[in-house]
Amino acid sequence: MNLPLTINTLHKDLKEKEYSLVELVDGYLSRIKLLDKDINSFITLSEDYAYFKAKEFDNSLKDLNEKAFEKYPLLGTVVAHKDLFLTKGIRTTASSKVLESYIPSYSATVVKKLEEAGSIIIGKTNCDAWAHGASGENSDFGSTKNPWNKEYVPGGSSSGSAASVASNFCMFSTGTDTGGSIRQPANLTGIVGFKPTYGAVSRYGIIAMASSLDSVGHFTRTVEDSRKVFNVTKGEDLKDSTLKNFVKKDLKKKFRIGLPKEYFIEGIDKEVSEEVRRCAKIFEKEGNEIVEISLPHTKYAISVYYIIQPAEVSSNLSRYDGIRFGNKRTSFGDEAKRRIMLGTYVLSAGYYDAYYLKAMKVRTKIIEDFDKVFKDVDAIIAPVSPTSAFKIGEKANDPLKMYLADIFTVAANIGGIPGIAIPSNFNRKGLPLGFQLIGPRFSEDTLFFLGEKFQEITNYEPKVA
Amino acid sequence: MTKLTSNQIEHIAKLAKVDVSKKETGKFQDQLSKVLDYIDELNEVDTENTVPTSQTTGLENIKRSDEIDINNCLSQEDALSGTESTHNNYFKVPAVFEENK
Repeated sequence: MNLPLTINTLHKDLKEKEYSLVELVDGYLSRIKLLDKDINSFITLSEDYAYFKAKEFDNSLKDLNEKAFEKYPLLGTVVAHKDLFLTKGIRTTASSKVLESYIPSYSATVVKKLEEAGSIIIGKTNCDAWAHGASGENSDFGSTKNPWNKEYVPGGSSSGSAASVASNFCMFSTGTDTGGSIRQPANLTGIVGFKPTYGAVSRYGIIAMASSLDSVGHFTRTVEDSRKVFNVTKGEDLKDSTLKNFVKKDLKKKFRIGLPKEYFIEGIDKEVSEEVRRCAKIFEKEGNEIVEISLPHTKYAISVYYIIQPAEVSSNLSRYDGIRFGNKRTSFGDEAKRRIMLGTYVLSAGYYDAYYLKAMKVRTKIIEDFDKVFKDVDAIIAPVSPTSAFKIGEKANDPLKMYLADIFTVAANIGGIPGIAIPSNFNRKGLPLGFQLIGPRFSEDTLFFLGEKFQEITNYEPKVA
Repeated sequence: MTKLTSNQIEHIAKLAKVDVSKKETGKFQDQLSKVLDYIDELNEVDTENTVPTSQTTGLENIKRSDEIDINNCLSQEDALSGTESTHNNYFKVPAVFEENK
């Protein structure tokens, strides 16, 4: 059986009765069992539940026929959730030994919404423990490998979610992006990774990392599918008080796209910067305008991030005391300990003003840069990661080096603005390359439009590792 | 590279209630000092007249009506489902105080 690569293909196959959803789940599970032992993208498989839902939706298909696709816009889409998303009755670990045997008694809003839209949960994916990392190597359940070359990292922290889509273990997967944890692994595994505006998608029921930065997005193979999933996940839920409903605006026909000069600095691989410029040219040929812009404070984004983020981490992880559920705090791994201690330090008496308050002020400066630029351009095109995938172990013993892997992605989190990573090419080693589009708050429609256009004019065909 | 002393590491670990062995103290001291050295670059930025940002939504005082929604409640059984150590439908936890002998 040929496992479908897009939601359109899946729905076409289902309408033509090429296979049942039970057979589809069979197909994914046998592929996972054959290949995932070398990739390690899953921590938990929810086989019984997947078959249960598949049967349920097979029956809906029989009863409702074509109408089933109206009732369930994501009917039969097999989804893998990052193991930070609470799934009622299915173990949720945050890839940490602290929550090794935790089984949630409720589901995250996003998990619920996706299920109500017809998706089938196949399992929970590996990630850096508590989403702390850029390579997947900080998982307490072993690192995930890049499906394109198993000596390389898939990026992180949503390492297993990215690897599972790149390996075609599911139709799409969910992730969280606090400093780049969706866009960077999408970039390193050659798939589409979408980070929404802060406040567009509910964080309810998702294990918190840094509450003012966390955004809840997903991995797909096409921009069109990314939009389809977002149409289901977005919107107020009366549980997460930072949510705002999305207002649809009329779209332009041609766009002004900014190329930020500060993103083409020393330390970025030539093949990465050349690929972004090549893609910018493709947009230009389509009648869009490419203009050089400046985001002068962007170079401070990592420093701001490594004060605000650990401060919020130290506060969020203080609840894990092992008293009512989970293991004791002695089970925290090294990276969680580093971030908890760094956060505790920058918030402690005598250091608060020098670090935390200062970072919140420079955060304002970074946001002011974006506000100014978005008066002139509709979107920004930029590199995602300064290099293609790096080797396992290359940065594992140098936390600062690992932190710098997020240098081009963190600014969007600091500003609370959306971004989408789009694959465009492979390098000589056969590793994926791509770019990201960033826009002002709630400009998702523009980003999806531009991304879809790019895949359309380049005749993009999704590839499976 | 010695921004943080080993005493400071021990003190922070105690505040944060994380376990740091004697052997680990040196490693964390070195790694965290390197990060602190890096983020010192923020001192270059003039923020004299800048207002700090704590969130990006612009929303304030978002409330919902104070009504019980039974669909949003956990049953006692569900609430206790994460632990094996219960007593009469309560969580059984380590004693905080000891009895005077």
